[in-house]
Amino acid sequence: MIKKLATSAVVALALATGGALAAGDEGHIEDFAFSFEGPFGTYDQEQLRRGLKIYTEVCAACHGLRYVPLRTLADPGGPNYTEDEVRDYAAEHFFVYDAELDEDRPAKPSDFFPAVSGEGMGPDLSLMAKARAGFHGPAGTGLNQLFRGMGGAEYIASFLLGFTGEEDEIAGTFLYENTAFPGGWVSMAPQLEDGLIDYDDGHSNTARDMAKDVSAFLMWTAEPKMMARKQAGFVSVLLLVLLTSLLYLTNKKLWAPHKGKHLDL
Amino acid sequence: MSGIPHDHYEPKSGFEKWLDKRLPVVGLLYDTLMIPTPKNLNWWWIWGIVLTFCLVMQIVTGIILVMHYTPHVDMAFASIEHIMRDVNGGHMLRYVHSNGASLFFVAVYIHIFRGLFYGSYKAPREVTWIIGMLIYLMMMATGFLGYVLPWGQMSFWGATVITGLFGAIPFIGEGLQTWLLGGPAVDNATLNRFFSLHYLLPFVIAALVAVHIWAFHTTGNNNPTGVPVRTGSKEEAEKDTLPFWPYFVIKDLVGLGIVLIIFFAIVGFMPNYLGHPDNYIEANPLSTPAHIVPEWYYLPFYAILRAFTADVWAVQAVSFLTGGIVDAKFFGVVAMFGAIFVMALAPWLDTSSVRSGQYRPAFKWWFRLLIIDFMVLMWVGARDTEFPHDWISLIGATYWFAYFLVILPLLGLFEKPTTPPATIEEDFNAHYPGAAE
Repeated sequence: MIKKLATSAVVALALATGGALAAGDEGHIEDFAFSFEGPFGTYDQEQLRRGLKIYTEVCAACHGLRYVPLRTLADPGGPNYTEDEVRDYAAEHFFVYDAELDEDRPAKPSDFFPAVSGEGMGPDLSLMAKARAGFHGPAGTGLNQLFRGMGGAEYIASFLLGFTGEEDEIAGTFLYENTAFPGGWVSMAPQLEDGLIDYDDGHSNTARDMAKDVSAFLMWTAEPKMMARKQAGFVSVLLLVLLTSLLYLTNKKLWAPHKGKHLDL
Repeated sequence: MSGIPHDHYEPKSGFEKWLDKRLPVVGLLYDTLMIPTPKNLNWWWIWGIVLTFCLVMQIVTGIILVMHYTPHVDMAFASIEHIMRDVNGGHMLRYVHSNGASLFFVAVYIHIFRGLFYGSYKAPREVTWIIGMLIYLMMMATGFLGYVLPWGQMSFWGATVITGLFGAIPFIGEGLQTWLLGGPAVDNATLNRFFSLHYLLPFVIAALVAVHIWAFHTTGNNNPTGVPVRTGSKEEAEKDTLPFWPYFVIKDLVGLGIVLIIFFAIVGFMPNYLGHPDNYIEANPLSTPAHIVPEWYYLPFYAILRAFTADVWAVQAVSFLTGGIVDAKFFGVVAMFGAIFVMALAPWLDTSSVRSGQYRPAFKWWFRLLIIDFMVLMWVGARDTEFPHDWISLIGATYWFAYFLVILPLLGLFEKPTTPPATIEEDFNAHYPGAAE
């Protein structure tokens, strides 16, 4: 009986794997080891803070984070700054348009990160780490996401480090070759180089480190409640295991007389 | 309710007698819960409870999500992010609801294939089967409507492709599509009506579920042997059955518990696995995604839709005979809905005198092939249409139709089935030798 149930679980899983599929002709994505991977993975608060610095000083020039409220920089499970730190940071680094004043003013914690749009500007990054999947195989089944994760942050880091240095001009537009980008050529120029930004905590600042840090930060902007979610997952699973075990024993005892079994309970 | 003899509800207290004369609702509940159920049901019979649970879970989480969602093209996507970031527990609610749809379909597919293997569709349960197929169609519609609401890229382009299927119908198609969309293209009017219907259909499903249960409570459950419960006397019936409460309720809850452990592990640890990354990009009518892929649960039928291209001879023949009215696109649409229609006709296509697949040696192999076919179609439905995927879809689609239209009718005539046990009691006692004493 239990064997049959196990079979049905396998069937359910096999059925379920039909999802998360996409084409196979994508770029090369390196499988970085991030702290937030797997059921036990958590965000590294220091890494999120370093990533925020990279975003603010490099990415924010062309990319917005329109869905992310600045106040969430104080959230536990995120960068976890104090409210005063967030107020200072927002006012120092970001300007937002205020409809009542009809002019730009320094940002407050109650504002969102600015949205950036216009000629030559890039896509919003709020959800980028969930809008890309790094891994699709084998044969387009998406099964390896079960073991390696969705790979959104891996995609961003691979992209930032994937520039080959080749560039091309097509009808006045410069394109840069990138091994992670589907199609291979992208209009964003390479940004990161070793030592570009100095970290406040003196952490190593190679291009690779910076790419990983900003990718981790963008994973947080896309999924700010990840740690609460995993905790809820653990509580649900543990309570359900307990409940199911009790139901299993109840069921066994209930049916025993009808199956001619004698239980020593 | 059922034809199986059993003890009926007798009102005892004064109030119960008073109420029973006016509204026999307690009696209805009692007879429904205490229905004699074949005691040899195996674990494949738990999915009915899982499905009922899914329906309730989806309605409850859905009603709460509606409190925070804004059905407008400029605000829908942002309101989902509001739910994910600001609403207390909103991220869990949404992930439970979106993954709940997947659980719902996993359960319904296992439930359907269980019915197909054990011959649950055969007389006298044809009406149960047909109602079940209607529920399944309603689920497909509800799932599709719901997937449009977050207003991501796959929402928008999925809606464009699927409503385009109606546009393929000759003569009336174009007008029908415009009427469905509320305009020439997917826009705010579409989002609003899809939201309205996504809220309505689950209650239609709930009503159909009640009829589904009513129907099989009238005929009694099927069971793994396919042998009917003896109904000559109450004593005989009691040898074959046990009341639904508590025996099967507790057993089904064990199954539901195990299913939910897996479900909440997925919700907690990999909630986006079954979704498509493109749906985290806001809908943009000016930018078509490289690959428009429906949700996994539509993929087998989407593969059948795409299998019949203009270079398939059957399509060319039909197109020629109808003077071009039926083109490849319309042929595909008919094939997709036809694939579900032939499944609904199974009670009349299966000619075998034996109900359960357990006693049909040849059927077992064709049935296993059907399961593999379904899986292959699901995989190929998410791939592009280049070689060899076009051939795989076509072979897969052909087998699907052949199974129902050719294999099921012929097997009954040529197959030599083995002998099922004479009674359910005999089958049960064979599993539990101690039970006979």
